[in-house]
Amino acid sequence: MSAEIRRRIARRALEELPAAGVVNLGVGIPTVIATLPEACGRIFIHSENGILGVGPRPPEDAVDPTLVDAGKRPITASPGAAYFDSALSFAMIRGGHIDVAVLGALQIDARGRIANWAIPGQPILGVGGAMDLLCGARRVVVTMTHLSSAGEPKIVPELTLPIGSLRPVDVIVSDYGVLDVSGGVLVLRELAPGITLERFTEATAALFKVGVSTNR
Amino acid sequence: MLGADAAMQLVQTGATIMVGGFGLVGAPLALLEALGRSGASELTVISNNLGEPGQGLGALLRQGRIARAIGSYFTTNPEVISAHEAGTLEVTLLPQGTMTEAIRAGGAGIPAFFTPTGAGTALAQGKETRRFGERLCVLEQALYADVALIKAHVADRLGNLVYEKTARNFNPVMATAAACVIVEVDRIVDVAELDPEAIVTPHVFVDVLVERAA
Repeated sequence: MSAEIRRRIARRALEELPAAGVVNLGVGIPTVIATLPEACGRIFIHSENGILGVGPRPPEDAVDPTLVDAGKRPITASPGAAYFDSALSFAMIRGGHIDVAVLGALQIDARGRIANWAIPGQPILGVGGAMDLLCGARRVVVTMTHLSSAGEPKIVPELTLPIGSLRPVDVIVSDYGVLDVSGGVLVLRELAPGITLERFTEATAALFKVGVSTNR
Repeated sequence: MLGADAAMQLVQTGATIMVGGFGLVGAPLALLEALGRSGASELTVISNNLGEPGQGLGALLRQGRIARAIGSYFTTNPEVISAHEAGTLEVTLLPQGTMTEAIRAGGAGIPAFFTPTGAGTALAQGKETRRFGERLCVLEQALYADVALIKAHVADRLGNLVYEKTARNFNPVMATAAACVIVEVDRIVDVAELDPEAIVTPHVFVDVLVERAA
C-alpha cells in the first residue's frame, strides 16, 4: 500500500475528528494522522502509555528516551501536555473520556463489529489497548484499506478473525469511501474520488445501504 | 537502601514478580541485570511485555528463568513466541487496561471487578460474565505479587517517588500491589527536597531503594 493512499485515508479521517477533541490514534494508518500538518494544533492526542498532548516527532538529535508513544516511537510533548500512570490512562479510555479512538481493522462485519487484534496465522500473544479503546472510546473511527493485501474484501458478512469487542464502530474510512454504522447496519456516506458505486459494491462482501453516493 | 545485587536476593525462586515499564521505557533495567546474576528462577512475571530479545526481561527469558508471563503485548519479542510454542513459557494475555486495573485493584484491596473490555471475545473464555444494564461484563481477578521491581526518576530518603515523562506507565500502580517493592531510581535526595504536591508514590508503598550507578 502506497504512502500516498495511507495519507489520503488519514486526511479524510481527520475531518471526522472534532476540533479540540481528545483523540487516541492506534497503530498503522491512524498514526499517520498525527503527521499531517493540518492536524497540528487541531486535536489533543492521547497515548495510552500515559500522555495527553502528544506533539510532533523530535529531530533525531533531540530524542528523549523517556518520551514515547504507544508504538514506542519517540515523541515530543505539546504545550499543556500531562503525564499519568497506566491505570489513570485506561480509566480515561474505559470511562468514556476519550472523544474518538481511530483504529485499524483487519475485518468488519455487516453490523460494524471489528476484528482488530489477532493476526491470522500467528499465535495470540498480543492485544495491548485495542479492546479497551474499542470498548470505551465515545466514538470509534476505523481507518483501513478497503481490501486486504491479498485483494480480499475486509468488510464481510461475518467475521472469520477474532472479534475485538461486541461494540460496533461508528465510522469506517477507507480508500474506497466512508461508511457510517447506523442502527446496526452499514450505510455508505461517500465514495472516494475515482470510485464508482459498482466498484465499491464489488469490493464489499457485506450488505450495506446507500446513503449519499456522490463523489466528493 | 541496598545495592542492586543485594536487593535481588529478596526475589526467591518460584516468586511472582511485577516489573514496570512499557517495553524498555520505564523498566528497571539495572535491577533486571542484577536479577540475571542472582539464582532466582521459575519466576511468574506480571509485566506489559517481556522486554526485547536479550534485553530487560528478554535477557531473563533467554536464560530460561521465567516460567509464566502475565501481560498484554508479547509479540514485540519474537523469543516469547518461540518459548511459548516450545512449551517452556506459559502465557496469560490480558487487555492492557484490564491488566493495569487488576494491579490497581490488587493494591487497593479489591479482590475482583467487572469490566466490559474483552466481553464476548476470546480473552473472556472461561471467565464469569454478568450483564449490567445493556453491557455484558467480564469478572477479572486482582493481581498481586511477592515483589515489584519498578523504576522511578527521583526518590527522597523516605522513599517518596517522582517519575519521568512516559517512563511512569505501570510503575506507580505496581508500587501498590506487591508485598515487597524495590525501586530503581536515578537519584536519591534528602527528605523535604521533593515538593509534596508533586510526589506521585508516597513512601508507604516503598520498601527498598536502589540508586543507579552514575
